[in-house]
Amino acid sequence: MVRKFNVLEHELVPVHEVLDVREALRILKQLRVRPEKLPWIRESDPAAKSIDAKPGDIVRIIRKSHTAKKAISYRYVVTG
Amino acid sequence: MSEERIIKAIRFGILSPEEIRQMAVTTIITAEAYDEDGLPIEGGVMDPRLGVIEPGQRCPTCGNTLAQCPGHFGKIELARPVIHVGFVKHIYDLLRATCRHCGRILIPQKDVERYLNLLQRLEKRWPILAKQLIEHVKKKAIKTMECPHCGAKQYKIRLEKPTTFFEERKEGIVKLTPLDVRARLERIPDDDVKLLGLDPTYARPEWMVLTVLPVPPISIRPSIMLESGVRAEDDLTHKLVDIVRINERLKENLEMGAPQLVIEDIWELLQYHVTTYFDNEAPGIPPAKHRSGRPLRTLAQRLKGKEGRFRGHLSGKRVDFSARTVISPDPNISINEVGVPIQIAKILTVPERVTEWNVDELRKYVINGPEKWPGANYVIRPDGRRIDLRFVKDRKALAETLAPGYIVERHLKDGDIVLFNRQPSLHRMSIMGHIVKVLPGKTFRLNLLVCPPYNADFDGDEMNLHVPQSEEARAEAKLLMLVQKHILSPRYGGPIIGGLQDYISGAYLLTSKFMLLTRDEVVELLSVTGYQGPIPEPAIFAPKEYWTGKQLISLFLPRDFNFKGRANVSVGNLRCDNEDCLTDSYVVIKKGVLLEGVIDKKAIGSQQPGNMLHRLVKEYGEDFAREFMDNVFKMFLRYAEKYGFTMSYDDVVIPEEAEKQIANILKEAEEKVKELIKQYEEGKLEPYPGKTPEETLELKIMEVLSEARDKSGEIASSYLSPLNNAFIMALTGARGNILNLTQMSAVLGQQSIRGERIKRGYRNRTLPHFKPGDKGPAARGFVYSSFRRGLKPTEMFFHAAGGREGLVDTAVRTSQSGYMQRRLINALQDLRVEYDGTVRTTYGGMIQFLYGEDGIDPMKSDHGKAVDVDRVIERVVGWRL
Repeated sequence: MVRKFNVLEHELVPVHEVLDVREALRILKQLRVRPEKLPWIRESDPAAKSIDAKPGDIVRIIRKSHTAKKAISYRYVVTG
Repeated sequence: MSEERIIKAIRFGILSPEEIRQMAVTTIITAEAYDEDGLPIEGGVMDPRLGVIEPGQRCPTCGNTLAQCPGHFGKIELARPVIHVGFVKHIYDLLRATCRHCGRILIPQKDVERYLNLLQRLEKRWPILAKQLIEHVKKKAIKTMECPHCGAKQYKIRLEKPTTFFEERKEGIVKLTPLDVRARLERIPDDDVKLLGLDPTYARPEWMVLTVLPVPPISIRPSIMLESGVRAEDDLTHKLVDIVRINERLKENLEMGAPQLVIEDIWELLQYHVTTYFDNEAPGIPPAKHRSGRPLRTLAQRLKGKEGRFRGHLSGKRVDFSARTVISPDPNISINEVGVPIQIAKILTVPERVTEWNVDELRKYVINGPEKWPGANYVIRPDGRRIDLRFVKDRKALAETLAPGYIVERHLKDGDIVLFNRQPSLHRMSIMGHIVKVLPGKTFRLNLLVCPPYNADFDGDEMNLHVPQSEEARAEAKLLMLVQKHILSPRYGGPIIGGLQDYISGAYLLTSKFMLLTRDEVVELLSVTGYQGPIPEPAIFAPKEYWTGKQLISLFLPRDFNFKGRANVSVGNLRCDNEDCLTDSYVVIKKGVLLEGVIDKKAIGSQQPGNMLHRLVKEYGEDFAREFMDNVFKMFLRYAEKYGFTMSYDDVVIPEEAEKQIANILKEAEEKVKELIKQYEEGKLEPYPGKTPEETLELKIMEVLSEARDKSGEIASSYLSPLNNAFIMALTGARGNILNLTQMSAVLGQQSIRGERIKRGYRNRTLPHFKPGDKGPAARGFVYSSFRRGLKPTEMFFHAAGGREGLVDTAVRTSQSGYMQRRLINALQDLRVEYDGTVRTTYGGMIQFLYGEDGIDPMKSDHGKAVDVDRVIERVVGWRL
């Protein structure tokens, strides 16, 4: 299948990036959470697909915020 | 002790006849409940085996006493099956979706297998889709009129509410008895049942038709002893007696071999009683009534609605140590206080433990007793015995026995902390801690400044008061809930408690430039505040000593306080944006001295973030702010009283000259409208893009008319003196706005419904006073009159129509937003901000990685920022700038 466009290029789609394992572990330790306590993102989510996130990965999302200029959040990739 | 287990899931199912028989401890076979001696009959609805009802008894079934015996179910073996009203809908669907002959679902075997497979996969991950699939299958099956399995032709089945089924065969309409229905349901195989949305292990379809009826334990339907000694049975018991009586009659008739017709009649009666036993509001049948004519409250009624088990008992709670009465204002008590009527103070109590240090005081209370305030209502001895002081003859003797370890439930007295609340409790400021002040009268008194957080006024509002009973609760109330801790609102970080109405007009009058006070006046005003200290040097020495109002305010400002900001009056030609202000509408405070500017809503008003009051609260603390509000604000009120601030007819009269100008403006507007209508009728009107010519005309007319009203308003306000009372109120933000003034003195303007000119009424016209098709201003709800001159009859009608819309809107809005709020709160109530700044659920699920994405508490923020750098500079070096 040929992808017609990359959703991440759209203005309203925030930056998504897959964390490497060490970074992911560091974040989990810092937040003191088990991965499933993070918000989830489906593997089939267009944004997750475009960065090729696989179940078990942690995705970092950097979005613009009204209150803070930049807000960082993390998601746990699940199947589906 | 029983083992601790965690509930993983709850499964709902239908009781099978076997289950009902298994859990039953007795079969009810007689309609008699008691024998001649008034003892319950075995086999009656009050069978003792159903559980203990009187204290001291032991349960014949489980051997427990009243407290431990949970009650036991009995059963009634129905002579003929009856349909359970709660399931008629399901039965109806099942009957239509399955074959009348072989009981299979009316779907080809191939599809059945496919659907079953699909359903199994969906149920795991997409329960909602599974439900939709079931609906789809059901619909498809109901449509099929010939069985794909056995080829039998299907007939239409009709449901006559509430519980009768008919089959429309070609030889005529035939009634399906519950016996027939049950037989059909029994034939449905388990796999087909699954496809129809039921789990056959826990809910076989035939269980929806009752053959045996469970009889609930007596503890669920207790009988009450009336004062006359007569026993009154619960509604459910009455209903059960009915069911047993009819059931026995049916049984007899069946045994005797009575004619079919008679049997059917009794059978139907049994169906009626069982139906109303479950739901006495089932549509299509008359509700079963008590002898008095009151409808019985049966099972469904116990659960349903606002007073039902769920909303009334499980999610609704009521409490002791609470009071409710009308509220009225008292500007002389602190914002932290609440005035409590003596009558209420004598009923509400605080438990106080006797110690060496308070024995003497508590003895006095005990001696005073329950009638005389401050007294006490109960004494609790160290052994836990509770002594009601109402029945103690010699209270003096009892007081003598008081010793450490006793607890005295004494009356509420000054200085106690209580919680005060007004519904709807939408925010945390809807319940705040107040310090009691016992006052004569029958109403709760509260300081006017705390009206905004409660959204209270005194047109008959009532409020609730709760007395915390433990030291912990009192400490929390004092440290967390006290009014002064809530001056700043967590919603926008500004003061929610602050000046309003007369406080603002008073402050404005006091601080305005023309206000000069004599020594006597200064002394009077300062005495109200409890000021102790020297009177400042007068602003004017000769010919007479005079002080300005600004000097008085400055006395109460902290010495290092700097503040600058526009006043509310800074609009129009009074507008000022910096210190060079001739109109006194820019507030400048340097080193705690009010140098220029009037104090109005933008300085001391409530719900005005960033104002002077906000700065005072934030920088000098809530204690300072509370004192400021308790004392200085009283001075503003006193000044408004001294001045005799009021509003009168004269305040809305404008000179004839102005009236003429306004009339001219309106005439011009009318001409313009006429011109527009002419253009429209000739088809020359250029429509706006995307609008029809009619809409364009309406828009243009509205524009012209609103412009005319604005202009009239400007003229009217230009003729109003700056000392005009109504004008002062509007300008300072105390009450009302310039538009209200215009409407009173110049012209009321266009009345509208749904944002349009009024067009409903008769055919082609709003009222018979106008020609059909008249599009002129007057015919479409433009009111030329002012409130002062009075409205013409047609104008008054339009005004009422517009006003009614406003009322309806508010009524609809409050109910909608209320429900929205309720759902939001239910969704968010268990979230909390952890110490690391993240927002998590009780199970640790992450909601936000940093509260509000910036981790800032809005209550402690400045314009949503943690630090307002400009303000810091102003604070430190503001006096030099």
